[in-house]
Amino acid sequence: MSQKIEEDQKKPYLVLQNASKRYGGVVALDGVDLTILPGEVHGLVGENGSGKSTLVKIITGVVRPEKGAKVEISGQKVEIANPFDAFRLGIYVVHQDLSLFPNLSVAENIFSHRYLEKAQKLVNWKEIKAEATRVMDKLGVDIDPEIEVSRLSVADQQLVAISRAIAVDARFIILDEPTSSLTRKEVIRLFAFIRELKARNISILFISHRLDEVLEISDRITVLRDGKKVGTFQREEVDKKRLSFLMTGKEISSRPVEAGAYPREEEILRVENLTKKGHYEKISFSLYQGEILGLIGPRGSGRTELALTLFGLNPPDEGKIYFEGKPQVISSNQVAIGLGIGYVPENRLVQGLVLDHSVENNLVITVLDQIINGMGLIDFQKKRSVAEKAVQEFNIKTESMEAPVKNLSGGNQQKVVLAKWILTSPHLLILDTPTHGVDVAAKESIYQSIRELSQKNLSLIFISDEETEVLNNCDRILVMKNGQIIREFSPAEVSEEELRKIILE
Amino acid sequence: MINKKIFQQTEFYLLGIIIVLSFFLTLVNPKFLTLENWFDMLRSNTFLGILALGELVVLISGGIDVSFTATATIAQYIMGLIITTYYIDNVLVAFLIPIPIGIALGAINGILVYYTKAHPVIITISTLNAFFGFLMFFSGGKWIYNFPPSFRNFSRVQLFSLTNPQGVKYGFSIFILIWIILAIFTWVILKYFPIGRKIYAMGGNMEAARRAGFNIFRVQLFVYCFMGALAGLASFVHASLNQMIQPNSLVGGELDVLAAVILGGASVFGGSGSALGAFLGVLLIAIIKNGLILMKASAYWHEVIMGAIIVVAAGISAYQRKSQAKREGEILVQ
Amino acid sequence: MSSNPFLKRRNPQLLILVIILIAIFLLFGLLTKGKIFEPRSLQAIAFQLPLLGLLTLAQMSPMLTGGIDLSIVSTANLSAIVIALSMTQFELSPFWAIVLGLLLSLGLGVLKGTLVAFCSIPAMIATLGMMIFIRGIALVVTKGYVIAGFPRSFLFLGDGTVLGIPMPFIIFLITAAFMSLLLDRTPFGIQLYLLGSNPTATLFSGVNNRRVIFRVYLLCSFLAGVASVVMTARFNAAQAGYGESYLLLTVLACVLGGVNPAGGFGKVGGLILSMVVLQVVATGFNLLGLSSHLASALWGIILVSVILTNRLIFARET
Repeated sequence: MSQKIEEDQKKPYLVLQNASKRYGGVVALDGVDLTILPGEVHGLVGENGSGKSTLVKIITGVVRPEKGAKVEISGQKVEIANPFDAFRLGIYVVHQDLSLFPNLSVAENIFSHRYLEKAQKLVNWKEIKAEATRVMDKLGVDIDPEIEVSRLSVADQQLVAISRAIAVDARFIILDEPTSSLTRKEVIRLFAFIRELKARNISILFISHRLDEVLEISDRITVLRDGKKVGTFQREEVDKKRLSFLMTGKEISSRPVEAGAYPREEEILRVENLTKKGHYEKISFSLYQGEILGLIGPRGSGRTELALTLFGLNPPDEGKIYFEGKPQVISSNQVAIGLGIGYVPENRLVQGLVLDHSVENNLVITVLDQIINGMGLIDFQKKRSVAEKAVQEFNIKTESMEAPVKNLSGGNQQKVVLAKWILTSPHLLILDTPTHGVDVAAKESIYQSIRELSQKNLSLIFISDEETEVLNNCDRILVMKNGQIIREFSPAEVSEEELRKIILE
Repeated sequence: MINKKIFQQTEFYLLGIIIVLSFFLTLVNPKFLTLENWFDMLRSNTFLGILALGELVVLISGGIDVSFTATATIAQYIMGLIITTYYIDNVLVAFLIPIPIGIALGAINGILVYYTKAHPVIITISTLNAFFGFLMFFSGGKWIYNFPPSFRNFSRVQLFSLTNPQGVKYGFSIFILIWIILAIFTWVILKYFPIGRKIYAMGGNMEAARRAGFNIFRVQLFVYCFMGALAGLASFVHASLNQMIQPNSLVGGELDVLAAVILGGASVFGGSGSALGAFLGVLLIAIIKNGLILMKASAYWHEVIMGAIIVVAAGISAYQRKSQAKREGEILVQ
Repeated sequence: MSSNPFLKRRNPQLLILVIILIAIFLLFGLLTKGKIFEPRSLQAIAFQLPLLGLLTLAQMSPMLTGGIDLSIVSTANLSAIVIALSMTQFELSPFWAIVLGLLLSLGLGVLKGTLVAFCSIPAMIATLGMMIFIRGIALVVTKGYVIAGFPRSFLFLGDGTVLGIPMPFIIFLITAAFMSLLLDRTPFGIQLYLLGSNPTATLFSGVNNRRVIFRVYLLCSFLAGVASVVMTARFNAAQAGYGESYLLLTVLACVLGGVNPAGGFGKVGGLILSMVVLQVVATGFNLLGLSSHLASALWGIILVSVILTNRLIFARET
């Protein structure tokens, strides 16, 4: 490559110094420095509340930092006072929700920025289609430009969103949790595109909770904790364990379950050859009373679909389900709940909680029949005591029972979801990535609760993304991939690295 | 690829239904498929047709407007007052007066919708009450008639006229032309002007539109002013067709316009719909009404059938959505 | 992130309403030289409020789910026609006439509920179609004629008083109490509120969303039926197309009373407050000899002002 490019590669693209932000008395960000080199993939990790989103908002001009912050782009001092400034400087953010227009075509989405131009020309459809095709060809994206975006898969939509960044000649693209809805295959494809972008000297800020992926794609990684920068590291310098430690300041306690501590006695659930087209096929396994069965596999492996089948929201095409010895057709979730099956959903905020309503109401919604008096009316005393008991038992931190549940931290919110299901005295509880987005202390609390529940003879299916989690907490582990169960282990049989290898290959 | 898309369009199905319906109606009463009947039918539905175009644009943007009948009444009333009081014998002036009035009233809606961030249904219900209430108060409910000759004569203007076997003259009223021009105008704006595309974008994903830097205020203001302008225009047509202005005759018909636009493919959630669809939706309703008249069906059955059609059409559309979701493997919630 | 319980979303609006109510009473008290506080005026208010009040109560439950019922007035009308015809044509006693009317409104509710809950048709469209359909049936049945002339015993429901309180108002209070009980003290109420706020979460929590929504439209139609009793008794007549203007007013009154059109929030108490405000304005104007049209104009202005104030003062809530 020419000497000029080599020089450019040494010169940072973005230099942010001493960025701080205060909201009232709360310090969201404290003196953070960030340097982004041209053509680098820079990972940004940190727990919820670590200041990641505030940092991004400062870079994209959504909020102004406190005085004393300095920003340089390509060596020039700049002010990013609003989103337009950021945009003009070549900074572009792809939000987690992609911000696409579902009712417009791919081509029009890619070129929506043209509608902002001062010289309002008539819309030239041929031109839009041609240029959209050009941009996508450049990236090797193969999507019909005239198709309506709503008809695309999430993965394809993501590529459209990134193509939009190219169309506006972004030099720095911020990807916020880009892989949370993608299958492993789609993630691989996305990473290939990111490398394409790298080759064009475009810098990427890769923000994600998925440490495996951050480690896979990033050149350097910055860790934030409690609003401060813990450090910026070369990829080779860190691994998952070290990153977790840096993010939380604490070691993840490893307290593996003793193998054989809960002898297999009664079979509570048996599934035979369960198949649903497009979701999973020929699933067969058993679950024993009091057992914690781990189900691990990449997204898109069919694990949530399988869970929803057991919960009655996704009836299978073929196969048999035996619950507590009897064959059952779980046609609706009312049936599942009636059988004593509960489900703690994957998407806590949308599926698990009614955010604007009170903690109390969210807790009792599953057990309304338990809090009524003889006339069918609600007994408010009972309602309050049931709710309070749950709050105490699960150590849920809330300022009041009437507070809207959206005020609670992620961990406490998850505890509410867990609690509301435990109140139904279930026989089988399915937990779908229950520690997702939960801070470490709450995670431990949840693990503790799970173990206590299994000791009380409640059977659990624990769906997870993290190998450490299942190895530490489950009696048995099933690995699911591409809609099938490919391996079964007991935790003692396999190491973390081996497990990860099996899942990722 | 183009062919596949045509089959997915609502307008295609609408056109199909219209053709099939026309076929059957002609069998029942040959008078249906005559130029005379069609000219008459189109002429009497111009008012509805123009309003539908305005409402279409509002719906696409993700909003809704139920105050346009009041806007139209005010626009038409002021026009009527001016030309009768000052005896302005110039139909062009009469034509131009209601438009800025409609735009001004529409602007009130647009500004309120933007600044209160309340649901447009609430805002426009309020402005409907306010506008209509004030109009009735200040007008005392008095009718206006006895228009200057040019105004009277305008309603008889035809592009070309023919004579039927009975010797009666009929023709292609100028109002139909106005309607068609406005429909084309709306279509062009929606498809070829950035403001039109921004309207679709906002209706599809308001938050994304905001993030993309679109001036939400300007687009919303445009949308409601556009409705207002068309309401003004439509009120001119209405006054001219009836040669009479009754302050309380228009209000109450909001939902009929809404029904026509929704039949024409616009979604109450925003983001979809087309000028052609709005035109065909009104045409469909016109044909049904006309057909019922020609079949000598009691006038009372019109609404029964209209309501049933709306429900059935919506049911079919809902069914299509559900089966498509099933095919794509989505797990359904309600 | 405010956690002050007094700044909960609903309260500011109720507070504003109470202030407006007091202000309006004072204002009209002054303007009418105290006439508005006379028992006669208060009674007039109590006679006229219930019709809009009952219809607004009917509209409340669909709006709580984030939907709307555009057909409540036509439902009330058709039900009124059935009641009227039962007494005039078929010479049934008022009791049986009312039963028939209520049965009809329940039947219509079953139809509406099925369309919205089980056919998944958006509420606005389904009820729009139903409105036109029902309106048409009313026309077919009555051919546009007015049906009038009911027995005294029936009319008592419209113009009689018990201990000085007008019958319609008593009916309204009983209905409001019933709704309040239903919404605040039954499991159905909790399910309804939560569903209105987040139907996905309630579904995952085992709530039978479809059944709840079905019941909502059933309830709403039934209340429209109750309204039709009051309507027929007060007007001593039934006709197709009556009171069409009330429809949008019910939405206005609901929102003024604190019902969130997106669903999930709103209390009966707020609704009663808003009804009283609206009716006091109407009666006040009446006493002053001002046109009722001015009153409805003021209603629109009041609603917009309340919303604007809410947003300006409490904007930081969002």
